[in-house]
Amino acid sequence: MIATHYTYWIIFALMMIGLYAVMSHGNLVKKLIGLNIFQVAVFMFFISLGRVDGGSPPIITEGIEVYSHPLPHVLILTAIVVGVATTSVGVAIAIRIYEAYGTVEEDNALARDAAEEGTQ
Amino acid sequence: MSTFDLAEAVLLGILIVTAVAITRARSLFVAAMLGGLFSLVTASLFVLLDAVDVALTEAAVGAGISTVLFITALALTNSREATTPRRRVIPAGLVAVLATAGLVYASFDLPGVGDPDSPVQTHPITDTYLRESQEDLHVPNTVTGVLASYRGYDTLGEVVVIFTAGIGVLLLMLGPRRPADEVKDRAYLQTEYRVLRVVSKTLMPFILLFALYVLLHGEYSPGGGFQAGVIFGAGFILYTLMFGLAAVQRVLPMRTLVVLVAVGVLIYAGVGVATMALGGGFLDYNEFNPGNPSGGQVAGILLIEVGVGVTVAAVMVAMFYSLVRRGVRR
Repeated sequence: MIATHYTYWIIFALMMIGLYAVMSHGNLVKKLIGLNIFQVAVFMFFISLGRVDGGSPPIITEGIEVYSHPLPHVLILTAIVVGVATTSVGVAIAIRIYEAYGTVEEDNALARDAAEEGTQ
Repeated sequence: MSTFDLAEAVLLGILIVTAVAITRARSLFVAAMLGGLFSLVTASLFVLLDAVDVALTEAAVGAGISTVLFITALALTNSREATTPRRRVIPAGLVAVLATAGLVYASFDLPGVGDPDSPVQTHPITDTYLRESQEDLHVPNTVTGVLASYRGYDTLGEVVVIFTAGIGVLLLMLGPRRPADEVKDRAYLQTEYRVLRVVSKTLMPFILLFALYVLLHGEYSPGGGFQAGVIFGAGFILYTLMFGLAAVQRVLPMRTLVVLVAVGVLIYAGVGVATMALGGGFLDYNEFNPGNPSGGQVAGILLIEVGVGVTVAAVMVAMFYSLVRRGVRR
């Protein structure tokens, strides 16, 4: 069990370290970095599902019979590029928040909103 | 323990240590750089897991583009993080531990890694993608074949998502800003280190040539439009970091980039419309060469890969330009 499944367990631990960073940290840029860790761990999980013992990369070559499954590779390589595109939307929003509030700390921004509501 | 297991265990160990270090680092600059390391180690792991195409993409995106993206974000915001209050740490830690336990419990139902009898390997689609594709497409790299032909609709959707994200960043970053406190036209992100300037200038043609090779040879070796697009984008981002926005904009102005972002998607969708005009279905490349369907497939795949490459490269560079420009004008 341990020999065949430890890869999954380490990947799950990585996912949850990423999720922990998203939940516990108030800094928006740090949240995005945590989200990135979570995302990469999910990619690893997909790729590990497609692997087969003694297999080769799925590029058909004469004399090789066993290949890993190409479909997870297809899904993940597009997801990586989509991931960086969406991450940069997040980064752009964080920069706009900084320009509006002077901070990227969630707590400070919320406190400022609360203070402004109080004065009105 | 085989060499594979040993190498995999070492890489996974490095990843765990790096991930913990990232969450603990108070300096966001350190966290961003460690994020680059994390992605590079992941890319090595992908090679080990037989996913060479994915490794190529992850190395260019994770270690290159997203690291630069985060560091640019730090330059425009704050590079130090406030300490995390205890009231946030405990519940978040509890959720993470419980979720890990739940996932590990669920994993007992998964087939082992590399199990040849797992549903993934025994499903009939595996045979279609690995064996029948050689009759249908004559494209040895099955990843490219599946991406561009069997799942061509899906990939079109992905390209449109990248297009939309690129437009989103441009709208957020190029829009009007609050009155600037002080106008600084400093040479943004430029470096004075001569070694770096000479090395990056020498590398530039090879990076671009390699991107073209990855694009055009993607049917036979690891590569394709996504990989080529991010390598091309990373090359231009490197050049911008070294020589500044003004120098790179003489070659590739923002106006051209914005057009290219749309041109790639139009090439992709245009191929689909062309196959319909020829009497086939949307993205049915056989119509390009009815006498020799696999020849038509090779042509169609290459065309849409070019479209993907153009949009991906243009979006990556345009996003970076718009972030840097915001910094220069502030």
